[in-house]
Amino acid sequence: MTIRELVTLLDARVLLGEEKLDQEVSSGFASDLMSDVLAFVNDKTVLITGLTNVHVMRTCEMLDIHCIVFARGKVPSEEVLEEAEELGIVVMTTKHTCYNTCGLMYQAGIRGTDRRTGA
Amino acid sequence: MQGSILSHSYDVNAGEFQTAGDASASIKRKLKQIGVNSTVLRRIAVASYEAELNLIIHSHGGKLTLDMTPEAIILTSSDVGPGIADISKAMQEGYSTASEEARDLGFGAGMGLPNMKRNADTFGIESELGKGTTIQMGFSLK
Repeated sequence: MTIRELVTLLDARVLLGEEKLDQEVSSGFASDLMSDVLAFVNDKTVLITGLTNVHVMRTCEMLDIHCIVFARGKVPSEEVLEEAEELGIVVMTTKHTCYNTCGLMYQAGIRGTDRRTGA
Repeated sequence: MQGSILSHSYDVNAGEFQTAGDASASIKRKLKQIGVNSTVLRRIAVASYEAELNLIIHSHGGKLTLDMTPEAIILTSSDVGPGIADISKAMQEGYSTASEEARDLGFGAGMGLPNMKRNADTFGIESELGKGTTIQMGFSLK
């Protein structure tokens, strides 16, 4: 699935990276705990989170995460978005909860990443 | 470090959450520039970020040092205290002594040390209460 299709699926609003929506999405991981994201995320994963601080972007930078879905209608601050823009990350926000976002993505064939980093 | 062809050290101050990740981002960019393979690079970045966060969350201050030899990347985290009372407990997933502030930011879940060990090819930790902790991680380039 492309990010563009993901936007439609989640009825999301794109906040950043409008020009990169043709990139592929192959797996997902949902957490508000960046410690867990650092322990589980592998390549080309979409991060679904409700946490909107700058550490989310830093975590994505370390892991090469290219797309973030903010659930529950959350929108990060301008400062955080600037950081994401510098890193070239596609950012969207959806009104769905984390649970429903994951459910919709799973139903559409996107599976979770569950292999540990470094494993 | 002997045989090092690249060496760089970053001071990491206690409690400075706002700049958390600056050192690791710099390390990652430096190594990307010299062409380190992206899979190895991600492992190094994760381990480095975890170490940097630990210095900010738990230490009285310390530094992160990057060394490179033709065979490996070596990351060393060293701090000036307080030291870890029980290393085997600290190495268990889920065991954490992190502050409420760290947890509010999405960290301090007790995943750091085990995650560092898993991402590195070699891992060594030494700690003395009242003195400090030194962690050395090696990443093979072969």
